[in-house]
Amino acid sequence: MRLLTTLLAVVLCTTLPARADDLDEASKLLKAGQRDQALERVNRVLAQKKDDPKARFLKGVILTEQGNTKEAIDTFTKLTQDYPNLPEPYNNLAVIYAGQGQYEKARAALEQSIRTHPSYATAYENLGDVYAKLASQAYDKALQLDKSNTGAQNKLSLVRDLVGGPTAVAAVKPEPVKPEPPVAAEKPPVTAAVENPAAQPQNTNTSADVLKAVNAWAQAWSKKDADAYLAFYAKDFKTPGSEAREQWEKTRRERIAAPKSISVAVEQPKVTMQGTDQASVSFRQSYRSDKLKSSSRKTLVMTRAEGRWLIREENSK
Amino acid sequence: MKILARLSTLLTALLLSAAALAATPEDRLAEVYASVEANRLDEALGRIDALLHDYPNFRLAHLVRGDLLLARARPLETFGNVVKTVPQEKIEGLRAEALARLRGKRERPADDDAPRTVLQLNASQKHVLLIDSRRSRLYVFANEDGRARYVADYYVTLGKNGIDKTREGDQKTPVGVYHVTANLPRSKLTDFYGAGAFPINYPNEWDRRRGRNGHGIWLHGVPSDVYSRAPRASDGCIVLANADLQSVAPMLQVGLTPVIIADEIEWSDARSVEAERRSLAAAIEQWRADWQSRDTERYLAHYSKRFSSDKQDYAAWAAHKRGVNAGKRWIEVGVADVAMFRYPREGDFVMVTFEQAYRSDSLKNTMQKRQYWIREDGAWKIVYEGAA
Repeated sequence: MRLLTTLLAVVLCTTLPARADDLDEASKLLKAGQRDQALERVNRVLAQKKDDPKARFLKGVILTEQGNTKEAIDTFTKLTQDYPNLPEPYNNLAVIYAGQGQYEKARAALEQSIRTHPSYATAYENLGDVYAKLASQAYDKALQLDKSNTGAQNKLSLVRDLVGGPTAVAAVKPEPVKPEPPVAAEKPPVTAAVENPAAQPQNTNTSADVLKAVNAWAQAWSKKDADAYLAFYAKDFKTPGSEAREQWEKTRRERIAAPKSISVAVEQPKVTMQGTDQASVSFRQSYRSDKLKSSSRKTLVMTRAEGRWLIREENSK
Repeated sequence: MKILARLSTLLTALLLSAAALAATPEDRLAEVYASVEANRLDEALGRIDALLHDYPNFRLAHLVRGDLLLARARPLETFGNVVKTVPQEKIEGLRAEALARLRGKRERPADDDAPRTVLQLNASQKHVLLIDSRRSRLYVFANEDGRARYVADYYVTLGKNGIDKTREGDQKTPVGVYHVTANLPRSKLTDFYGAGAFPINYPNEWDRRRGRNGHGIWLHGVPSDVYSRAPRASDGCIVLANADLQSVAPMLQVGLTPVIIADEIEWSDARSVEAERRSLAAAIEQWRADWQSRDTERYLAHYSKRFSSDKQDYAAWAAHKRGVNAGKRWIEVGVADVAMFRYPREGDFVMVTFEQAYRSDSLKNTMQKRQYWIREDGAWKIVYEGAA
């Protein structure tokens, strides 16, 4: 289950740049694994503005990662009370509950998250995992199996960013970066050099190839061509939660087959070359099907094998 | 007006809750299936949650709940879509139970259906139990002027190895016509037997004559940690959910209530059953009259050449009867309280039980008699006779 880690209430960001810097710093520290320092920064922000939702959210994430479950629950719970329209705190509460094996509570929190934000993809995915867990518990009761497996690793995602509920989204004037039109799969990709002037000089042709592969991957997905889609994953692809490759492929096929139509667009891609045969591509993935609409940040770690760029890691935020 | 409206709302609510109380767990499971069929999955999950709240040990309901939850995460591939590697027979048992319960609910006998096996109940027998092994179902019929009127039916568990018991330890449920021989209350039993137990008289005369053995075939309940067991799970006993056993128990009369176990209940109509009853009743009446007439050869003509009693074959029986009847100046035979049941798997073969009042110039004796009648070349003949 994915924990949401960044509450990007951008409105507040832009109005309070100093605070935003501190929070960004805290966020970076957290990513670098320096949780104590990250907490210190967040507490500094909160000392000035104790109700700041983004800071409170980040604090909840830090507490969660520190294993301070009780306070993390407390932090997220209060956020849901003060900002009942934000889906992320519910999601993260659910992740914590699921981690404790309290799947009914996790389910309730995720359903709440979806109620506030009906197109919230992460909560849907997490809810799917929670339902699978609840199903497994029900089967155990049906077959009188012991519960030794309960509490086994959860696949739920903690969200690290507070993106904001519908209200926040409506108010958002996106990040300082100029909004780029979605890169439709057919269009030639915008080169990384343009997108990411700060990046080190790199072989534009190579990064263009990487992007081409990413776009082709998105296109295969959009066409619901599971074979072509799966062919973009390297043999040593790190499946989420170290799931068996076969099982992962099966689930992917089901997820691709389920909707009537899918459209995936890669927006604002940034390619970072790591040597000649490895690259990481970060972008905003805009997913749309007849059932679901979502937008999330994604990073693909790509590797070149036999002349093709293939996905070795796929990380969503 | 307002008060009236509120009253009627209250009444409706009361009636609805009373209906919910009256619905059996099986009825409620059927409602869950109905919701699933109507694609109202949230309603289905709500119903199964409520059912499990009331019957937390109903394992099949847990399995259905697992499916309803899993369906929200991914498409189901099968009923009882257990993901883990588990002993398949456990899942198969629950699947079979689901199927049996569903069939049992959907294939209720029609109003004019009469079980062909129940030709006649005697006046003391208030009920008869029929067990349909293929459907894993026990049907209760009430005695209405000697004929069977449907009352209720229940899911039952039978032997691990099916039916037609022949040997001790074969884990099969016998096929035949039996009756309840005792009432063992819960207090005298271990938890395994649940709400109570009613032994039946396996092996009966016909089983013994065919060399069948084994013992301890009971109707009983289930342990407290389960609501029901798989359709084929007992060592030969007939197992009911405790609540079901408690519903059936007050209808059972020790020494009287027939328990008929068959592959399948053969349904007929009242008129055909009555025709068959009359044809056999006429044969029995002729047998009685011929015995009373002291025309021993006519009397013996009612016995099959394959006849045997517990001690004698046909020849010995005939010789004995010729001797006895020759010494009598007069005989009077009364036949009353007749019960007749067609015997499963044996074709035109009927177990008859009655009260026989025998009087002669030298003897007076009243007894419960059992005979097995078979149709040979179109005529009813006796193949077994003894005390019941």
